[in-house]
This record gives sequence, C-alpha cells and structure tokens, in this order.
Amino acid sequence: MKIAVPVNENHIESGICPSFGRSPYYLIYTTDTKDEQYLTNPAANSQGGAGIKAAQFLVDQKVNVVLVPRCGDNAAEVLHAAGINIFKSQGESIQENIDAFEHNKLAVLDQFHGGFHGHHG
Amino acid sequence: MRIAVLSGKGGTGKTLVSVNLARLAGNSHYIDCDIEEPNGHLFFKPALTQKEEIKVKMPVVDHTKCNGCRKCIDKCRFNAMAYIYNKVLIFEEVCHSCGACSLLCPEKAISESDKVIGEIQHGTSDMVKVSSGFLNIGESSGIPVIRQLLKQKTGTNDVIIDCPPGSACSVMESIQDADFCLLVAEPSIFGAHNLNMVYELVKLFNKKHAVVLNKTMEGENPSEEFCQTHLIPILSRIPYSQEIAKQNSDAEIIIDTNPQYRELFAQLLENIKKELAI
Repeated sequence: MKIAVPVNENHIESGICPSFGRSPYYLIYTTDTKDEQYLTNPAANSQGGAGIKAAQFLVDQKVNVVLVPRCGDNAAEVLHAAGINIFKSQGESIQENIDAFEHNKLAVLDQFHGGFHGHHG
Repeated sequence: MRIAVLSGKGGTGKTLVSVNLARLAGNSHYIDCDIEEPNGHLFFKPALTQKEEIKVKMPVVDHTKCNGCRKCIDKCRFNAMAYIYNKVLIFEEVCHSCGACSLLCPEKAISESDKVIGEIQHGTSDMVKVSSGFLNIGESSGIPVIRQLLKQKTGTNDVIIDCPPGSACSVMESIQDADFCLLVAEPSIFGAHNLNMVYELVKLFNKKHAVVLNKTMEGENPSEEFCQTHLIPILSRIPYSQEIAKQNSDAEIIIDTNPQYRELFAQLLENIKKELAI
C-alpha cells in the first residue's frame, strides 16, 4: 500500500504541511517495503486549482491513502473519484502519523473546506 | 467623464456617493458593478426597460471521443480539469472559460456549452439611466457580468460606476476604463487601512484619484491623516449623521429632499471636474 503525506521538507524529520495542495513535497511511503520517496509537488506554485493538480499528481503516483490535517473539496473530489481514502493526520510528526495509520488509529477525514480559487477579497 | 467610486471595504458609502452623484449629474448613467450585492437600484427604483442574461462557456467532454491524451489537463492554466479512471473531470467554479481545452483537443472531444451566471437589468429613473449587474448565488466570478455592464455605449453622458468593495479582480475590472477614481473612506484605523488598499490599486492603474471622507465627526480621522501623508486631495466631507443614515436605510436619495446635501454633492462634482481639469 502507498501512503502520501504532504510534508514541509524532503526528510522524515520534517513536519506535515498544513496545506494539501500547496505543500512543497509529498512523502510517498510504501508499507510493504518501508520505502520512503520524496516528490516535489508540481502544483505548489499554481496560480489556482492547486488542490486539483496536486490530487491528480498523487492519483498518477498510484497512492492508496492520503494523510492530511485538512483538505479542500475539489482535491477531495479528485481523490475520492480515484478511490483514494483520506485520513486526518494528528500533530506534525510524519512517522507518528504513519504508525498511527498502520495501527488503524486515524479517522477518515470527512469535512472539506472551500477554496479561494484566486479570488481573494 | 467616467467616475469609478470604490473603497477597501463594504459599508463606507460607495452607493450613497454614487447614487447621489448620478442623480445630481442629471443626464447620467449609473452602473452598479457591485454584482454580488447590487443595491443602487433600490434607491433609483428604475422602470425596467431591458434584461439580459450573462452566459459563460463551459467545456463539455464527449467521453466516447476522448482518448486520454491529457492535453486539456496539462494546458489548463487554472487547473480546472482532472483525468481519473479514463474520464475528464471538470471543475466549473475553477474554469475561467478561456476555451483552450476545446481548441487543443486533437480528438475534438470537447465542445462548449452556455452557462448562465447572472443578469443585467437596465432601466431609467428620472433622467438617470440605471444598469445593474446581478451575479447568481454560488458563482465564483462575476467578471463576465462586469465586463458586459461596462461594454454599453454611454455617449457623452457622465457615467458613475459603483464598484464592488475591496481591491480584488472585480474592482480592477470595474475601474479599467474610468477617467477618475473616487475613494470613499471611513474615519477609523480600519478605514485608513482599507483606504490604503484601494489607494495602492489606483496608483498601480495610474488613475487620477481623490478621496471623499464619509461619516466625519469631531476628533481624529486616520483616513484624513492618511490623505495628508500621501498628498491625496480630499474632495468632500460627508458628516456622520443620523438623518443621512435614516434616509439611506429607507432607500431615499438624500439630495432629493435635502438642499444642504444637494449643495455638498454639487460641490463634490465641481471638485471632481476641477481635478480632471474639465
């Protein structure tokens, strides 16, 4: 199983990024091999629609699960359409959240926020 | 001359100033670009002469023709599309109707359909032509409504543009063709902060501009201090008054019944003309 986590820097000691769509990197963690892969988020600097593009990127990476503190509804729509489950991360630690997920201790994220879509008042 | 009336926040008195200026100018055209909450028509109570629907183009995908090349998704600069399980997903509130996807699709699988996002109403009130834009609830961008509003031929009449609050895209669209920007400001620190936002905007657009201080009272006025610091002309001071508030909330045009305010707005219009050297 492949788990994706938005992270601030490209190492495990870094923290979880509070933004899903504009996170600088994603950790792709493969549970079977314990392989860690850090990928640059191509959507991080998008003018708009970052969540959609970032979600598409993770779909293309064939991840099964995303661990995030929060997520916009467009990104969630893309992830859900691809059958990816979204879980709510707790605190900043990447390792602790992966462990918590593997022990079924994270809840499914079921509340999503609207986006600004480039129209900041 | 085309005068845009704007402010960094809502409730400073844009509509009060716009409506009274248009009424005073007589043979004028009042255009309400505050399309999320147009309220100038409540004062003018115009006899409606014409309505037009505002439509934008939305892409529609024929999934039987799509071969999954993803050109549309890669080229969409707004990231309004995704490709999941051999199907293109379209996010309408992110789409800017640029048409690139339908143009680029090698399989001609994308066509465009009309989507109604709002309406424009035209009418007359005494000698004033009144045009108001209404954006449908839930739509994310009213730019196409504003664009259509400002496309109208207005001849040589004075045009008063009642802008949306703030300094975002919709305001930029509203002031684009204005000869003069009138910034309405409240006497508070918050008011001065918001004045700064629109001041920066009109400077960026290289527009002639000046300030109307609204709700003025005894004591310090941070917005006035801001004008002094930045050498912005103050063309009028509208006093804080229960009488104005009452008439305004009853949707009355204050210069119609009050000679004192008629004189105040006449002076304001004169001052604008002086600034424009007409």
